[in-house]
This record gives sequence, C-alpha cells and structure tokens, in this order.
Amino acid sequence: MNAWQGFKKGTWMNEVNVRDFMINNYKEYMGDASFLAGPTDSSIKLNQMFEGFLEEEKKNGGVIELDTHVVASITSHGPGYIDKDLEKIVGLQTDKPFKRAFHPYGGIQVATKAAEAYGYHVDDELYKVFTEYRKTHNQGVFDVYNADIRKARRSGIITGLPDGYGRGRIIGDYRRVALYGTDFLIQEKKKEKTQFSFPMNEFNIRLREEIQEQINALNMLKDMGASYGFDLSQPAKTAQEAIQWTYFAYLAAVKEQNGAAMSLGRTASFLDIYIERDLSLGLIGEIEAQEMIDHFIMKLRMVRFARTPEYNELFTGDPTWVTESLAGLTLDGRSWVTKSTFRYLQTLYNLGTSAEPNLTVLWDEQLPENFKKFCAKVSIDTSSIQYENDEQMRPEHGDDYGIACCVSPMTIGKEMQFFGARANLAKALLYALNGGRDEISGDQVGPISDVLKADVLDYDVVIERLDHMFEWLAKTYVSALNIIHYMHDKYAYERLQMSLHDALVKRNFATGIAGLSVVADSLSAIKYAKVEPVYSEQGLIVDFKTTGDFPCYGNNDDRVDHLAVWVVEQFMNKIKNQYTYRDSVPTMSVLTITSNVVYGKKTGNTPDGRRKGEAFAPGANPMHGRDKSGALKSLLSVSKIPCESCRDGISNTFTLVPQALGKGSGVESADGFNYEGDIKVENLVDILDGYFTSGGYHLNVNIFNREKLIDAYNNPDKYPNLTIRVSGYAVNFANLTDEQKKEVISRTFHESL
Amino acid sequence: MNRKKRLSQEHSMNHSNVLYGNIHAIETMGAFDGPGIRYVLFLQGCPFQCQYCHNRDSWSTKENRLMTVDDVMSDYKKYAKFYKKGGLTVSGGEPLLQLPFLIELFKRAQEEDIHTCLDTSAGCFHQEDERYLELIKYTDLVLLDIKHINPEKHFKLTKSHNRQVLEFARFLDAHETKIIIRHVLVPTLTDDRQDLEDLRAFLDTLHHVSNIEVLPYHRSGIYKWLQMGFEYPISDIQEPSKDDVARAEAILKNGYRFVK
Repeated sequence: MNAWQGFKKGTWMNEVNVRDFMINNYKEYMGDASFLAGPTDSSIKLNQMFEGFLEEEKKNGGVIELDTHVVASITSHGPGYIDKDLEKIVGLQTDKPFKRAFHPYGGIQVATKAAEAYGYHVDDELYKVFTEYRKTHNQGVFDVYNADIRKARRSGIITGLPDGYGRGRIIGDYRRVALYGTDFLIQEKKKEKTQFSFPMNEFNIRLREEIQEQINALNMLKDMGASYGFDLSQPAKTAQEAIQWTYFAYLAAVKEQNGAAMSLGRTASFLDIYIERDLSLGLIGEIEAQEMIDHFIMKLRMVRFARTPEYNELFTGDPTWVTESLAGLTLDGRSWVTKSTFRYLQTLYNLGTSAEPNLTVLWDEQLPENFKKFCAKVSIDTSSIQYENDEQMRPEHGDDYGIACCVSPMTIGKEMQFFGARANLAKALLYALNGGRDEISGDQVGPISDVLKADVLDYDVVIERLDHMFEWLAKTYVSALNIIHYMHDKYAYERLQMSLHDALVKRNFATGIAGLSVVADSLSAIKYAKVEPVYSEQGLIVDFKTTGDFPCYGNNDDRVDHLAVWVVEQFMNKIKNQYTYRDSVPTMSVLTITSNVVYGKKTGNTPDGRRKGEAFAPGANPMHGRDKSGALKSLLSVSKIPCESCRDGISNTFTLVPQALGKGSGVESADGFNYEGDIKVENLVDILDGYFTSGGYHLNVNIFNREKLIDAYNNPDKYPNLTIRVSGYAVNFANLTDEQKKEVISRTFHESL
Repeated sequence: MNRKKRLSQEHSMNHSNVLYGNIHAIETMGAFDGPGIRYVLFLQGCPFQCQYCHNRDSWSTKENRLMTVDDVMSDYKKYAKFYKKGGLTVSGGEPLLQLPFLIELFKRAQEEDIHTCLDTSAGCFHQEDERYLELIKYTDLVLLDIKHINPEKHFKLTKSHNRQVLEFARFLDAHETKIIIRHVLVPTLTDDRQDLEDLRAFLDTLHHVSNIEVLPYHRSGIYKWLQMGFEYPISDIQEPSKDDVARAEAILKNGYRFVK
C-alpha cells in the first residue's frame, strides 16, 4: 500500500512540513476517557521485566552495566531487545536493556569520571584517542575560559554550566522520519546544502559542513533501522511503523548524544493520524493501538546515560527529560487533542506512574472539557504530569512547538536553544553588599569595591549595588555560555537532531536564574523592615539582624511581588545587552530543577532570614512556608512574573493536599442523580484554568499530603514507585538525595481552612 | 481622622452611611461550602454557642476586621478567574446577624453574575422581618445547618432554640430557594437514631432540598478554645467513624427526592 494513501493532500507532500500534514489530517477528539484500553498481557509481562531491571539497577548502586570499550554512535551497537517476541516497538540505546553507553565527545575527563564513579575503567586505548588525537568539548571550553568565569564557576554564583556534559535541549523533529523516510530527508538536505555555496565565508562553510554531517547521520539512522530489520528510507506505512520510525529517530539521538535534556517533542497527535487510519481500515483495534503506545512509552522510560556524581547532585533521579508536549490549541482555534493524547496519559495507569517521559500538557481554557477533566484526574491519581500555558507560547512559537527539558518552548524543527546553568541571584545580592567577595570563602570573585558599611541597610543603596553586580554577573555568565556553545557546535555537534531541523534555525540563548524568592524577600526585608548587617572579623557581611515585619513573596502582595518582577526584568535587561553567540536570541528561565538544594548549600545567610546552607525554593516558588495566606494567593504571586522577561519559562511547583480539593466524589441521590460529578476533578480544572488565565506560565501539580512523604521517607520499601513533581520534571521520590527529600517535605502544602 | 466605630443593633457597621461587614476571616480557595471553588467570607459574631464549635473565636460580635461591600467585591475579583463554577459564600459566625451588609453584598454579587451561597444555622431568623424576602431574592443557594431536630437537645448543644432554624427551612422552601441541609454528626450528641429519623421526617416535608450532607465532627478546633482560655466542653467525645457517617447518611438520604 502507498504510505500516504487516504491522507488529505497539502504542501506537506512536496516539502518537509509535518505541521501542514497534521493540521490537514488529524482528528480532534472531544469525547471522554471511556474508550481507553487497559494493558495487554504482553505489556504486563514486559513491564514486569522493566521493573526487574529497575530493581537490579538500584541494587547495583545505580547502574547495571556501563560500556567503556565502544564509543557511542547511532550504529555503534547491534540491535537490543527486552523480549523480541513480545515487543511491538523495538530498539535500545545499546545491545542490552539498561546498559549505558560511553559518550566521550562532551568531555573525556567527565565520561571517565562517570564510569569510575560506578567502578568501571575506561579502555586505555580509548582514553588515549580522546586525549592525544581527538579533542573534546570540555577541553575546548577550558582552553578558552577566562579568570572571571573560572572564579564564578568555583564559587557557585554560576552553577550547572554544560561545559563537561552534553548541552541537550534540542528537539529533533522525529516525526519527519515517519512521514517522509530518510531518503527524501537526505535529498532535501542535499538541496539545502547547495543553497549555501556563495560566498564561501565562515557562515556558509560551517553550515555546509554541518549539513553534510546531518546527511551522514541520516544514513546511519537508516543503517540502524536495517539492523532491526526495518527500511527507514521509505515513509511509514502503518501506525506500528510510524511509531517505530519516530522512535528510531529519537533513539538515534539518545544513542549518540548524552544531552542534559533529550526531549521528544510533540508526537501524540501526529501518530494518532496513522492510528486512526489503521483503525478505520480495520487493521487494529483500540487494544492494539494502546498496546503500541504503551510499548513506545516503556522504551522512553528506559533511556539511560552515564553521568557523574556532581551532575546527579544537581539533577537527581537520573532524569533524561524525555518531554512530550500534549494538547494545546491550533492556530485555527481547534485543539490538538486526539484519542492518542488520552492514550499517552493512559500509560500512567497501564504501566504505573513514572517520572519519564515528562508528560507535559499545554493548557488552554478552550481545551475540550472532557480532556481537561481527564488530565485533572490523572494528576490527582498520579502527580505525574505538568502543565504549561499554551496561550503564552502559541503567539511566540506557533502551534507546533514542543517543550524541551521542563519549560523551554521551541518550534519543532525550526528552533533550538543554547541552554546552560543558572545565575545565583541570592549570592549576587551578597556579593553586592560585600564588594564582590564571596561570603563563604572570602575570595574576591566579582568586581572589587568596598564592603558596604552601614548600621542599617538602605534600600536604595542596596539596589544600586545589586544593579552593578547584575551587570558583572550577566557579562560573565553569557561569556561562559558563548564559549560553551561555540565548542559544543565544534566538538559535539548534534548532527542527527539537527538533521531533523530546517537548515536555518532560530537559536535561543537560554539563561536561567535561581534564588528569586530569596532575593525578593530580602529586598522586602530591607525596604519594609530594619535589616542590620553583621560583620565578620574579616570585615565581611556574614549575617543580618532583621527586626519588624515585611511582606513575603507568595501572598499576592504587590509590595513584594513587584520586587520579584523588578529582579527578573532587571537581570534580563543585563542579559539582553550582551553579545550572544551565533545570532541567538537571549531568553531567561526561572527554573532550578532540583539544584535549588545545591544553590542554597553554597549561599550564606540572607537578609530574609534564610540561614546559610538552607535550600532555596525551587524555580519561581515562594520560599517554603512563607506563602501562608492560601494556595490562590501563592499562585497569583507567581503569575505576576512577566513572561516577556522569561521567555524560557517560569516554573512553579504546587502541592495541594487531596482534601483541599473538596469531597471525593459526587453525591448520588436515590433516583440516581449525581449531584456534582467528581468534585475534586472539577475543582482542579478550575484551579488550572484560573492560574493560566491569570498569566501563570507553568505548574507542576502534586496532590498528596506531607504524611505520605514522611512515611515514604521512613519506609522507602513501601513506596517504590512514588512519583512526585519537583521543579520542571518528575522524579521517583526514593531516588532523591536525603537533603532533597527533606527539602521536598518542607515545602508548602496548601490546605483549606 | 478619628472615626468612631460602633456596633449597630443589627451587628452591621454603619459609619457616615457606609455599610461595613465585620469580618472574621476569608478563605480564597473554599472547596466545601457550595459548588466549585469559592471565595468564603466568614463573618464575625454568632448567637449560638455550639459545644463542638470549631471556630470559637468567631462568636464575639466585637469589631474585628471591617470591610465594605466594595472592599469585598474588589478582593473577590482578584481571584474571580478561579471561581468559574464557584462563587461567593458567606459563612460565619452567623451571617444573618449582619443582614443589611449581607443583603447589599449578595445584591451586588448577583448583579455581577456571581453565584451566591449563604452558610447559616439561622438562629436569628424572624419570619416577620421582611428583609429576609429581600435576602433570598439575591441568594442562589442556602447551606442550612440543622444542629439538632430535638428542641431540648438543640438548646443544650447551642444554648439556643431551634424553632427559628426550622422556620427558616420552611420559609426558604415556601419561596423555592435551593437548600443543602447540613448536619454535624457528633457521637452521643447528635447521632441518636430516633433523632436522625425525626430529622428525616422533617426534611421529607421540604421540596427544595438539593442535597443533605452529614459532616463528621472533628476535633481540630479545640486549640482555639484553649488559646482563648476556655475549657473545651466535650473534650471526651471522639470523632465519628466512617461507618457512623454512612449509617447517618442512610437514614437521612436514602430514597430522598432531591431537587436538581
């Protein structure tokens, strides 16, 4: 059969244009979840094997096997299976489940360190190759770093720079392989290459080399498919092939790149078109459709990378950020919700809750009511999904964007980003007071000036100093990222992922900040209460005596919320003034993932009363326990952070005790009349609608009470699969470090009066 | 400016012709007092002295926090986007103690298409007072808390009579106001089988009840009594079990013809 038979024609037939294919062919689904199927026997069996691997991995201290002899590439390993006869969708990163590959291009030192952390020794010959003959990204970066960057990196005012690991946050349009096959894509790439022949300047030379690399990667992808017995050169002809082709394209990316976040994009409603066609032809039924999705999702849960202990400390729980963006609206006012959008969410029931893939619902008030209710139900049952405001992103990125990592939007196949690290703004505030000296080490890190001498801190004086410190920090931070991305392009170019982009892409330059609520509350204390600095023997300000009340961020009080707004706007303005590499557009996120714990650890006492070493709040959250006046006020404070200054995302992690959502279920009277339906579900829908129409950007929704976490902390065996949303991703609670567990437990749990 | 504030007879505040409500507390994410997510305004002051009260600090009619109707409405609007299927609930204390304020507030709310819900135990209702007709014009739903069906036991429990409470129920019913009946289930005090059956018999005479809710007594309000230096009168009584609640629900609700 012709691969495109039955599809509605469009420009997509003559050019690479997945969105055009989708908008012409997808079938919006307005119904409820009652059509969904449970797991098949083979899904249950495979899932048991998968859980067995998880257990084995845990017993082995985090890794089952780590390859140290073969350099990972798209074709470096032969085919691998869990159980070939049961799997409807096949393919593993290496030749065995959970065997982690060796990725030296990001940095041989880091790859070696990661291997050694788990007791593996990297092949001597390989080590020699990547030190003597072939330079890696990490080496390139450190060859160029200047003194300021090194000091800022060491002190922790900038943390998490991807200078020793893959940068990630690039989403290939993996759907292209299913729709067109690799032959057509290669042909189009060859055409693109001819367009950049004159003048033969640095821009065109680099682009031509990159396009050739992309073509090579597509050829390798075809070979990889062939090793599993599939012909990827041609378009997918069935739903099973469409899922398999899409997955192989993604798999090729995670085989070759150990990126910080390897997100999937927006595949559900694309694949739904193929599923609908097979259903209408009678080739499959709902059970088969769900089974294929279940097997696909299970594969995504298996993605593994070798990472260092330092990395794990920042981003705990082995996250890979296989983020899949669901729903959202189309530009013509429909929603992208299809039956497969439901099927993806259904995997949380069929396979159990899980941190990966990072299921992300692009929320809009106009989404079909039935879908909104199903999302709310899934959140209440699993605490495994996150929500982002489609209304804020659609105008910027169109209706075919995906979230990379946690909150970063990019048009699929047309935009990518240079991601990296976070600037610790709470520390910047302390540097501003201490004339650029580190409050913990005493080292001169920032630009030299006098330590502020005062009995009581004056708001205007502090603001002026902070402004200067922001200037220096932005300059140092952006410089570091420029170097990193230059070197990453040079030594660890994502050829497969970029082969599934247009030749000319928009590049976003994604900076980040940490400690927003600490700075906002500290400035509030200085402005509205009396803050007396305490000096150490060395003459540094190391503590504060704060007397009087001051408003705290998180209570819908403009006096302090506007300070938080000022902080993000001011810092973003400083970022904007910098030169950013490769014509990229500067953006910023307020997102910490789990690194808020490490940032706090490296930061001294702050004027808001936070003690040295105490964790920051995650992302844009109010500080733990300070958002005392109710859930909605907390949400409204965060929703004031302007997305214009934070185009890369504003993360809010929100925990409600289940009781706060109202009574459990509808009250049924004797004549069968159901009084209010499922009250909790409806109320959560209204909270989401309210938050996003108020301008909120992102919401991690957790529905559980503190007692459950405390019990899970004390009895980990009782809760092997407790999934919780942290900041921008989900994690198995048991995989958090002890400090992180305590931090999560200390967060605000919103209850009703 | 030293503006003199005093309680009027109605316990509504009126300064230079501006009407004030005496507010006990505000819950912006109420999920229990009416449909949807609601702005719940708790008014200060209560004529009842229920032994199990979980808001002991709401009894006094002393001035607490004063808000005008405008103040409440503008505060409500900050959160209105969350109240799509919800609305405004006024609870207490006893909201009927501040009738002029309550009427003004509900009138304004209804003008702005906000669902209004009154949570009351109706102890100060007076059939002859025509303002109640005005009030129910602006009231979409009443949560009527019937503490006890038996007059003596009601008095013992609340230091007030239940005559007005039942009158109010009949009054609402006669004027076709939608009612949700609530009954707090306190072991040994309000869970007697005969009493529950009597209550059911009374409820069967009403025609506009949309639901009957059995609220299990909880001890979480004890600390307020102690904080205020009072002895908690029923400290030996435990919370009811799920079965206790189910039993009471069966008596009160089985086969009941609820309005939709």
